[in-house]
Amino acid sequence: MKGFWRGPLTLGGLLLAWQLVVTFGALPPYILPGPAAVLRRLWQQAGLLLYHAGVTALEIVLGMLLGTLLGCGTALALGYSRRARRWLLPVLIASQAIPVFAIAPLLVLWLGYGMGSKITMAMLIIYFPVTANFYDGLRHTQRGWLDLAQVMLTEPRRWALLWHIAIPAALPALASGLRVAAAIAPIGAVIGEWVGSSAGLGYLMLHANSRMQVDLMFAALLVLAALAVGLYFTVDASLRRLLPWHPTFSEPETD
Amino acid sequence: MPTRFAPLSPIPVLPPLAVSLRAARLVYSGLILFDSLDLELAGGCFTCLLGPSGIGKSSLLRLLAGLTPPGISGELRGGDGLPLAGRVAYMAQQDLLLPWLNVLHNVTLGSRLRGERADRNRALELLARVGLADYALARPDTLSGGMRQRAALARTLLEDRPVVLMDEPFSGLDALTRLRLQALAAELLAGRTVLLITHDPLEALRLGEHILIMNGRPANLSILPDLPGAPPRDPGNPAVQAAYRNILQRLEAA
Repeated sequence: MKGFWRGPLTLGGLLLAWQLVVTFGALPPYILPGPAAVLRRLWQQAGLLLYHAGVTALEIVLGMLLGTLLGCGTALALGYSRRARRWLLPVLIASQAIPVFAIAPLLVLWLGYGMGSKITMAMLIIYFPVTANFYDGLRHTQRGWLDLAQVMLTEPRRWALLWHIAIPAALPALASGLRVAAAIAPIGAVIGEWVGSSAGLGYLMLHANSRMQVDLMFAALLVLAALAVGLYFTVDASLRRLLPWHPTFSEPETD
Repeated sequence: MPTRFAPLSPIPVLPPLAVSLRAARLVYSGLILFDSLDLELAGGCFTCLLGPSGIGKSSLLRLLAGLTPPGISGELRGGDGLPLAGRVAYMAQQDLLLPWLNVLHNVTLGSRLRGERADRNRALELLARVGLADYALARPDTLSGGMRQRAALARTLLEDRPVVLMDEPFSGLDALTRLRLQALAAELLAGRTVLLITHDPLEALRLGEHILIMNGRPANLSILPDLPGAPPRDPGNPAVQAAYRNILQRLEAA
């Protein structure tokens, strides 16, 4: 039960500190509005915020799905074929030298102001951690398991080894990658929205900022934070449920 | 799913298969661990290979299992002159149970890897024989070390291969569990050609119909005179005690 109160207590402490800064720093509301003003705005504009949050959430979730599929596919190709390793691995590493933020304007140019460019941003930003973690897991299958399987097989069947041994053994590593992905996918979507969009929390924040609606901007930020935290914990909890046999999941890692 | 098991239905008797390894050679980081080593395993017999750690026992076993690590070579044949591949089962020091599968699915792993239908009833019978009837659906991490190794034994038996290679399968267990498992293994593996590697002289004396000693560098093999009585032998037996002293002298002399 002690753990249950930790979240609300931290939140309460942060809100209090925020209010103290506003009160004693004598900051004007267009620089830093107080929590009360932001909460009021959150309540008044709930419909607007919900609509834009929905857009952003959809971009994040679709980006996560596509990035995970693409990352898993790449990692499997890398794990299965030596030729794929020789050709894909340098490309994969080089791709990380180009910041995704730098190509965001290009994506908007190519894919337009709609969701496509944001989904692609989220996908690209999670692609590397998913691929790298899963591939790492696939490479480090316990030697003994592979030996045992090899003795059991009467003819070499690499696909069977991959499907029955290497892939399940690599799932905890993939789970680490997915947790990182859940934490950074919102960044990709919001950056995409900043560069050019007509909907989403990132768009709403820029829009509010240019009209000096700083309290609305903060309200959008709060919703975004709640979205990101919710996504992370949903992914984390689902992974725990799906991999109950993995020892590190018996102890919460976020602890 | 049946909940009670009849006594184990008779295993279709496999003709005993002898194993012959000639001119085995292992070079490990410039060091010759053994060279022109010959090993004959009598068909249907339980042979123990005894030797100190680091002598190359495990590598020799891996060669027999067809897992050729780098630096090792040798000519391997079954007693019928055909290759051994596909006729060998392997049991390691670690139980090697896959943590994401329950005990039953671990035991039937071989069939699934080969794309065959798993003989579920046979697997359940074997689990009952090793005393794990109630744990077929349990996850390996909920079992004790001894139970896990018993599951590994059931998996080895389900493979139903004429040759069984075991690499110190009982060394990680406490003394009492080890004694029980040794007796169980001797009973259930009877009639197969077994090679068990161990660094524990008493284990070799308890289980081996034939006992080989591997020592020296480069290592060679010597045969210990066969002991009276059928395995599993009582460690307190005077013949066992005498042979134990003999083994220690030989190992020290090397």
